[in-house]
Amino acid sequence: MLAELGLAMLWLAAALAGLQLVAGSLALTKNGEGMGGIVRPVAVVQGVLAASAFLALIWLFVQTDTSVKLVAENSHSAKPLIYKIAGTWGNHEGSMLLWVTVMGLAGGFVALVERRLPERTMLATLAGQAFVSLGFYAFLLLASNPFQRLNPAPMEGNGLNPLLQDPGLAFHPPTLYLGYVGLSIAFSFAIGALVTREVGPDFARAMRPWVLGAWIFLTLGITAGSYWAYYMLGWGGWWFWDPVENASLMPWLAATALLHSASVLAARNALRAWTVMLGVVAFSMSMIGTFLVRSGILTSVHAFAVDPKRGGFILALLAINIGAALVLFALRAGTVTEGERFEVTSREASLVFNNIMLTSILGIVLLGTLYPLVTEAMGVKVSVGPPYFTPMSAVFAVPMLVVLAIGPLLRWRHDRFKRVSPVLIAPLAVTIIAAIGFAVSGVTSIMSLIALSLAPGLAVASLLPLKGRNLLRAPLSLWGMVIAHLGLAVALFGMGADGAFTTERLIAARVGESVDVGPWQVKLGAISPVAGPNWTALEADLVASYDGDAPDNLTPQSRTFWAPPQTTSVSALHTRWNGQLYTVLGEEAHDASSKAMPTGRWQLRLWWKPFVPMIWLGGVLVALGGLLALFSRVRQDLKRRTVRARGDVRRVDREEREAA
Amino acid sequence: MTVMGLRAKHQRLVLLGVALAVLLVAGLLAAWALRNQASYFYVPSEILSKPPEADRSVRLGGMVVRGSMKDAPDGVTVNFLVTDGKQQVPVRFAGIRPALFVEGAGVVAEGHWTNGLFTADNLLAKHDEKYTPREMQGMTTDQAHKTIAETK
Repeated sequence: MLAELGLAMLWLAAALAGLQLVAGSLALTKNGEGMGGIVRPVAVVQGVLAASAFLALIWLFVQTDTSVKLVAENSHSAKPLIYKIAGTWGNHEGSMLLWVTVMGLAGGFVALVERRLPERTMLATLAGQAFVSLGFYAFLLLASNPFQRLNPAPMEGNGLNPLLQDPGLAFHPPTLYLGYVGLSIAFSFAIGALVTREVGPDFARAMRPWVLGAWIFLTLGITAGSYWAYYMLGWGGWWFWDPVENASLMPWLAATALLHSASVLAARNALRAWTVMLGVVAFSMSMIGTFLVRSGILTSVHAFAVDPKRGGFILALLAINIGAALVLFALRAGTVTEGERFEVTSREASLVFNNIMLTSILGIVLLGTLYPLVTEAMGVKVSVGPPYFTPMSAVFAVPMLVVLAIGPLLRWRHDRFKRVSPVLIAPLAVTIIAAIGFAVSGVTSIMSLIALSLAPGLAVASLLPLKGRNLLRAPLSLWGMVIAHLGLAVALFGMGADGAFTTERLIAARVGESVDVGPWQVKLGAISPVAGPNWTALEADLVASYDGDAPDNLTPQSRTFWAPPQTTSVSALHTRWNGQLYTVLGEEAHDASSKAMPTGRWQLRLWWKPFVPMIWLGGVLVALGGLLALFSRVRQDLKRRTVRARGDVRRVDREEREAA
Repeated sequence: MTVMGLRAKHQRLVLLGVALAVLLVAGLLAAWALRNQASYFYVPSEILSKPPEADRSVRLGGMVVRGSMKDAPDGVTVNFLVTDGKQQVPVRFAGIRPALFVEGAGVVAEGHWTNGLFTADNLLAKHDEKYTPREMQGMTTDQAHKTIAETK
């Protein structure tokens, strides 16, 4: 019954999205102005209905109702509750339902609170949001119905891929989706502004908090995903340039550019057409990412199921949405009036540079991700990996980071480099000292050396905007920028350290044997069987001592799930202030001559990774910076609203007095 | 150095020009790098007939020949043969093997081809029933069944 109810709510939400589109568009015409009143309420109800359908699906998963096909295929009654809930979005249909839910809720939220823009622009924005939503509702209802029944119902579900049975899964996809789909708001704002030709500082100020919000979730989602891959996959790597990782990186790059260009538009009324363009590009990247992931067109551990019908459907959606937006942009960009001018040495110019570099990196990543598809069409199978992505993105990332050190110190409109150059001596000196220091200490990899020397200089430079200010009185948005930029420097240092200082040992050890890895001495204490709710495992008891210090215990496992039956290794990590010890247990080594003979030697893979956790610490700092900026923007806006409301009350009072 | 003197329209054109030029350079760089850095996918008969250069990172896909897996005395290195139903080539891998890396199953190895031996840095085995390396989809249907039937 609940499944049918969920499906009904989904159809109803789709119908309301249709109404929202029609009413919003009609309200922009002369005769249809009366329709304007219903657009906001309809958007709110649509969001609530989509969310209710999603809750219904979660409940079906919690109950393990195997008469629903999706539950039978992806869940199992013996799974812990948290993975039953997380399993809701650990599959294609459920994740698409999450997508439309977030999209509906975001639209409803905008309809409820956004009052800064002219009502006509808001109507166009909400109509745009409904247009995009409709496509995804159609996709969900026609090509991937999550509530489909299964008859006869099987006794038990298939279970969830063990790789996905991890707390990371509960957190990572919803966070990323909030980011992806949050960008649909920026897209709709861009559409709305193009339709009514209202591209100005007000538009940028209204759009900025939404972009910031989506960007914070994207940053956190990417950081969490990177850490998840790092400890789940047991390869010790933190970024694989997997198509799905790229799919999350591309919207982030576009959103980062958008954030910066929106701040130019808000503060200086420049970069008008460019900001609108980025609003379109950012969400387009989200959709391209979804297409790549959901269509199964690229090889990836994230590709759930390969269904050509779905791939075609998403491709069509993509073409319609992006195509329509670009046509609208082409028609209207000429009428968006020119913004304010600025000089080459100015804050604006440095932000333009940042935007162009970010867009170039985006282009590099996009081309590298799509290249295998292009060559496959010509009959050659290739894969593109780190040897392409890392140096090519560095070509543009390094100049961007250098300008990042200078840009925040420059004034708007025009400035002289001479004014800021004395301040820049400190970060420059730090960079040179670091470069010499690390080169002498034997860092040979060029990439690592660049990262390790640039990072400390960047860290110093990112703090410079606070120089000479009362730290307690400095605006919160300034703190946000400083912390986000500092986070970038911290993450960069971690990335460089991973390439430069990581030491690895791969060995088959006997119980009682000790292994050295970097400054650590790791002793294999015991191998013992352990059992969990839906798995059994062999667990290694490792006693690790750093440089003769008191020992720490690590317990990596080789875990076997029985639904579905498969084995994964669960790594164990020990974090110190200066790095992380990473341990993986493999299988018992086979004897060279006879397979059956147990050798009593166990495969261990150990890494000492100095300063590597800084990568994720940096990511969290970047997100925190965004959060501070968001907080300050929202606070400013609320203040402005109350001041205006008070002003209105006073004016009305005065008018009444004068009338009397 | 001053742009203030320029008319508004000119500044827009200058910005557009710079942005397009940089993006064009990025595109050309990407095209050049992709030709050099993309790692190609081989099956055993292809790698034998057209061997790649030793410093080039490539992928080798096929089925692990039954009975070919031999463990080295160090306990972590494994030697095995990979076949595409026509030819077979030796592969060496040191590391923790993915769970679904077993004889008779499909595997994609990333690594280098030197003097008739494929040294794998990484093995991508089938993650579950639903996931097959895309490069192998064509093979798993007909050749794979034949391979398995032959080696049984």
